[in-house]
Amino acid sequence: MTWTSDELMTVNAARALAGARTCFVGIGLPSAAANLARRTIEPGLVLIYESGTLGSKPARLPLSIGDGELADTADAVVSVPEIFNYWLQAGRIDVGFLGAAQVDRYGNINTTVIDRGPGRPEGRLPGAGGAPEIAASCGKVLMVLRHSRRNLVERLDFVTTVGHGSGPGDRARLGLPGAGPVAVITDLGVLRPDPETAELVLTELHPGVTAEQAREATGWKLRVAPDPGVTRPPAPAELAALRELSDRGAADA
Amino acid sequence: MAEILSLREAVAALVRPGDTVAMEGFTHLIPFAAAHEVIRQGLTDLTLVRMTPDVIYDQLIGMGAARKLVFSWGGNPGVGSLHRFRDAVENGWPRPLELDEHSHAGMANRYVAGASRLPFAVLRGYRGSDLPSRSDTISTVRCPFTGEELAAVAAVNPDVTVIHAQRADRAGNVQLWGLVGVQKEAALAAERVLVTVEEVVDELDPRPGAIVLPSWSVHAVAVAPDGAHPSYTAGYSVRDNDFYQAWDPISRDRDTFLAWMRAHVLEAA
Repeated sequence: MTWTSDELMTVNAARALAGARTCFVGIGLPSAAANLARRTIEPGLVLIYESGTLGSKPARLPLSIGDGELADTADAVVSVPEIFNYWLQAGRIDVGFLGAAQVDRYGNINTTVIDRGPGRPEGRLPGAGGAPEIAASCGKVLMVLRHSRRNLVERLDFVTTVGHGSGPGDRARLGLPGAGPVAVITDLGVLRPDPETAELVLTELHPGVTAEQAREATGWKLRVAPDPGVTRPPAPAELAALRELSDRGAADA
Repeated sequence: MAEILSLREAVAALVRPGDTVAMEGFTHLIPFAAAHEVIRQGLTDLTLVRMTPDVIYDQLIGMGAARKLVFSWGGNPGVGSLHRFRDAVENGWPRPLELDEHSHAGMANRYVAGASRLPFAVLRGYRGSDLPSRSDTISTVRCPFTGEELAAVAAVNPDVTVIHAQRADRAGNVQLWGLVGVQKEAALAAERVLVTVEEVVDELDPRPGAIVLPSWSVHAVAVAPDGAHPSYTAGYSVRDNDFYQAWDPISRDRDTFLAWMRAHVLEAA
């Protein structure tokens, strides 16, 4: 069986949700991963969307975070102030799953503006959305994004959302209750923060990917764990479930 | 008490040039028909407020109706950038657009404070983020009981809030259900409230999860069937995801955008 690098990334992102009970789901790649997890490794996973749905069970991948199916299949639908204040801020959600435009070595995120150099206007990104408080208040944070020097950068142009700040102890100093980013899943492998320095280190590679490829595609001098693991190839059942979700999404979109 | 008016009359009566206008609806129940009427009536210099300025504000901004945008996430959900929004911010076309930018939690709480007629709201938010450096509506406050430092966000009190709902009765009581978003807070935060509805009915029978805005909290109700399209109205329509995808090429180019707006908005109705 063959697979694409995006499928490899999504399957591994879904696996990272093993053991999670509740997940605050960002749209796009995180939503694909969380829905796949619910159909494979973690059938009881409660999906929470910022549009106000608790326990959505969509049969297909939604295009937006407010597609009707997310509400129709939810255990409860609440207002937007309630989802952020009573559910997220109160610390009731295990995992926040985020995508990002720019991520630095401490898992901080920029989704606001890109600096395009002197004399040129800043490039505009969509903005913060729910991310700053999702990353602050969920028990832990997972991220999924494609591995490139454009996405994984030496220095952020703007800090929209704090991961580990400028290193160990920063989250506590800032009063951020959750543990912050614990894994960044890319199409080349998995990065995890070093327990000592909080810097993202390459701990796993996907089958057929070399550490050199990952270093090349990273904007900072990427450290590689002494003996990086290799992720399990996607199982036929994982790929079938993912393709079924995507096909249904595409057919309906 | 809400008056039941035509959409044209309702916009003319409630929205003025230079107003701060919130058009809310979190993906669901986005008041597109009312926004199009605002464009047709040539209202300008608006401060537009909305958590997720998607295609509806891309259209208003591209037509030059806005001088300022207050928001927390500006994209075409699941598709990509808002090209008219980006063109206005990056290149000042068709006019420069001032920004006041928040997180969703911050914006939601700004509406809560506005609806409560409090000057600000508190939350655990923005910690370590650069966002406060670009906004004068984000600050901090110390809890008088615990000493904890919390984010403070200024209340939002729009001159007008515009929302779309499933239906109203003949007295102007408004009922909406499904994803209810931040509409109740946005409506109660505003000076004037305009609601477009799919239909006016004799009696509002109860619906699970529905909220009701009593007639005396609303100023005008206008019937606008399919008035949320390409967004949707639970129980009446589904989200037109094809349109959201089609909007990307339409909005990339200034002339294509203007031609589309002329054909589908200015010369429609």
